[in-house]
Amino acid sequence: MHIAEGFLPPAHAVAWGVASAPFVVHGARTLTREVREHPESTLLLGASGAFTFVLSALKLPSVTGSCSHPTGTGLGAILFRPPVMAVLGTITLLFQALLLAHGGLTTLGANVFSMAVVGPWAGYGVYRLVRRSGAPLMVAVFCGAFVADLSTYCVTSVQLALAFPDPGSGFLGALGKFGSVFAVTQIPLAVSEGLLTVLVMRLLVQSSRGELTRLGVLVAGLGKKSAGTGSSTGTGSGTDAGPGTGEAVAR
Amino acid sequence: MSRNAKINSLLLLLVAVLAVVPLVFGLGDHKEEPFAGADAEAEVAITEIDPDYEPWFSPLYEPPSGEIESALFALQAAIGAGVLAYYFGLRRGRRQGAERERGTSTTAADVDDAAPAGSGA
Repeated sequence: MHIAEGFLPPAHAVAWGVASAPFVVHGARTLTREVREHPESTLLLGASGAFTFVLSALKLPSVTGSCSHPTGTGLGAILFRPPVMAVLGTITLLFQALLLAHGGLTTLGANVFSMAVVGPWAGYGVYRLVRRSGAPLMVAVFCGAFVADLSTYCVTSVQLALAFPDPGSGFLGALGKFGSVFAVTQIPLAVSEGLLTVLVMRLLVQSSRGELTRLGVLVAGLGKKSAGTGSSTGTGSGTDAGPGTGEAVAR
Repeated sequence: MSRNAKINSLLLLLVAVLAVVPLVFGLGDHKEEPFAGADAEAEVAITEIDPDYEPWFSPLYEPPSGEIESALFALQAAIGAGVLAYYFGLRRGRRQGAERERGTSTTAADVDDAAPAGSGA
């Protein structure tokens, strides 16, 4: 989903930079507040950023015969809400732009917008919707991660189609072209990302119940009860009470 | 193997299957360069749509070879995996420590120096 260095006209590059900047600044404020108020969450924040680091380095073959990589932004968005991911995603993109010539500084704004802004927000929104419908936690996590991944690549396709409309068929023609390169390739990878995010969330449910309860991912009462038994059988499917109440209790 | 571990292994297996299927069925065979990066394919698509477009900026640093590039990608993955492993290792250690403490404080409840040290996780 990286738009390569120099491959967006200057006006587009600047516009996407301007569009992304407020999200990153707001995210940085949210992140520092979170670390100041809850220093114990620093570790889990690091783990969320690390998940993005691993997944966005993982180039996987897809059904279209080309390779692409997941984004790993859904997990952090579900745990810490999307603003925090704007920062963690930007750090990942900067690393890749500066050391790997993957993406770029002129296209950083556009790449941040797709991977660190739209992806996390879309994924988080879907996670909340699915959770509110009464579905088990892990189903919501899968849907959230899947959408965070796929929406990122759809945004990239739109960004490129806006910058390079097809001379014959215009914006929509170009969108079809870039969409078949990015979005179609990404579908099985988004499934993979959903599965990996569920895996990590399951490990977190086993290892970090207290933290997940504080963050509102697990419901307080149930979390305490299971934590008391000290067993590792909780899969999260038993904790599917309303997410709204969990949030209310935890915050 | 516990039920939990089975489910976790199944999740990993599914991811592996999803990655291997396109290779096994040769889904890249119709391409000149099978399984090239989507990012590179987008660059090709751009030059097809607008043959006159010239990238107006080039990367400040470019890995001198494909090997160095994959080394840096591996480094990125290793940093991420390392931090994740540190997190889960630390959690596991703390949980085991807490359980051990609980264990000793119940068996040695009547011993004077069984300090009920409260270690917050």
